[in-house]
Amino acid sequence: MNMPFKDAKLHDCRNAFVAALEDLAGANTDIVAVCNDSVGSSKLGGFKEKYPERLINVGIAEQNMVGVGAGLANGGKIPFVCAASPFLTGRALEQIKADVAYSQTNVKLVGISSGMAYGDLGPTHHSIEDFAWVRALPNVPVIAPADRIETDAVIRWAADYEGGCFLRLSRVGVPDLLPEGHVFELGKANLLQDGSDLTIIANGTLTHRAMTAAAMLADKGIKARVLNMATVRPIDEDAIVAAANETGAIMTLEEHTTFGGLGSAVAEVVVDKSPVPMARLGVPGVFAHTGSAEQLLDDFGMAPSAIVDSAVTLLKRKG
Amino acid sequence: MEPQDLRRMANQIRQRDVRAVYEAGAGHIGGELSVTDLLTALYFDTMNVDPANPFAPNRDRLVLSKGHTALALYITLSKKGFIAEEEIETFLKHNSRLNGHPNRVKVPGVETNTGPLGHGLPVGVGMAKAAKLDGASWRTFVITGDGEMQEGSNWEAIMAAAQFKLDNLTLIVDHNRLQQGARLADTNNLAPIAPKVEAFGWAVEEIDGHDMEQITRALSADTVTAGKPKCIVAHTNKGQGVSFMSDDVAWHHKVPNEEQYKQAMAELQEAIQ
Repeated sequence: MNMPFKDAKLHDCRNAFVAALEDLAGANTDIVAVCNDSVGSSKLGGFKEKYPERLINVGIAEQNMVGVGAGLANGGKIPFVCAASPFLTGRALEQIKADVAYSQTNVKLVGISSGMAYGDLGPTHHSIEDFAWVRALPNVPVIAPADRIETDAVIRWAADYEGGCFLRLSRVGVPDLLPEGHVFELGKANLLQDGSDLTIIANGTLTHRAMTAAAMLADKGIKARVLNMATVRPIDEDAIVAAANETGAIMTLEEHTTFGGLGSAVAEVVVDKSPVPMARLGVPGVFAHTGSAEQLLDDFGMAPSAIVDSAVTLLKRKG
Repeated sequence: MEPQDLRRMANQIRQRDVRAVYEAGAGHIGGELSVTDLLTALYFDTMNVDPANPFAPNRDRLVLSKGHTALALYITLSKKGFIAEEEIETFLKHNSRLNGHPNRVKVPGVETNTGPLGHGLPVGVGMAKAAKLDGASWRTFVITGDGEMQEGSNWEAIMAAAQFKLDNLTLIVDHNRLQQGARLADTNNLAPIAPKVEAFGWAVEEIDGHDMEQITRALSADTVTAGKPKCIVAHTNKGQGVSFMSDDVAWHHKVPNEEQYKQAMAELQEAIQ
């Protein structure tokens, strides 16, 4: 699937999320939305208008919100529990562990405005630990779609999936990367561009930057493979091992701390199965400063030109 | 079941509980003895549950939020027929599904995994809300400890339950006045509990949590106030039924020695007569 940018137009994936959710809720009356005073930021206004009785707003109370989701699932409902990702995951992490993961309840956790989407609000509102926190828990797939098409596919998958999951959405605009009609498959990476010199693995808001960087590398005669790795857990081991064996170097990009996220998950597979040089780009274990998400990603070495420089450095480490 | 039969059942559960703690060498014996009458009334008088069909959509739900007293629940579930009575012998043993806190995936009749405190009531709110969405008549019961009410998540749930008008939800506070380390009054005293919950818009009733007539009446659907969730503040004794354990914080999770075990069993036997 060699997907060039079809259109440079940027889309807010929250719109795809709520459009899919409203569509699914029309067909399945068991689907409910649970939120924490976040009707606006989760873009649930349309859902509330169409299905007022199925919009359950618990107020500013995230621990209760996740517990209520687990109880609704026990009663046969399919709850999409929506909140700003730092508060959904961090504030209610033990509820996610005990009431969702350990209890194996059918709760769809939707972390909105993840990463550094709230860049200018400061580190309390940055959600760059959520992959690590939730990834440590059994039974809960961790998924970060890369564009509006994949977001739509992931929401439709989640509604059918019998079990809890964590969906990490941004509010930062991203271009279309995947083809219309794309069907999400849990734990499977998408090969966006093939290449033989190194593999760049990214998800969420970084996938399109990976594609831009790969195009710039091509101008230098470097053939980069690009994998969109929406599922962080369970990680696509086959795609990673193939990337290691066939390209000999792997770079990861994530809007997350480099502790415990996508890069760590990939590195675990590489170390265990097929060691090759790796570079893990992300927020290097610090609280980020103030700025827009795009500015902060640039500042942390993830501007396309900086990705190119890191790739060139990484290639020097190949045997 | 008649109150006299319920009392007899509760004492049988207490005896089995004391024996299991003695044999396992661990268990939260004090809180198990305080909550037993409540569990007995729920499973043998109030709740509509069917061990042959543990996931029946219209079953009533119980959430034992004070999950450390799982043993009392396991024994009650075994008496009801959800698990074999012999299985109680495996309590806390290697590979037993009867670990120190209830697990819904492994043990039929358990509705949600508990252990960390302050989790049960939010889940109960979700259950009751699900029934409301379906216009279903099944009820949700949650038992918390009184010390557990120090967890803020309970008060988040108390607000939501009132806001959602969940008159199909009943919270029972096992008010034995003792928490793990000390008396409630000497730790973070939230007593009196009733006026606080009432102030949040709940219908509240205080009862003697060891009086079967009072318990079954308070749990009856006839005593529900339309539009309001119900809280039963059940005044209980930690270690109820065993003289030297009663109201003594040391028995939160102490294990009786042989002499204490024999005395406890004898006292409970006498109460059965």
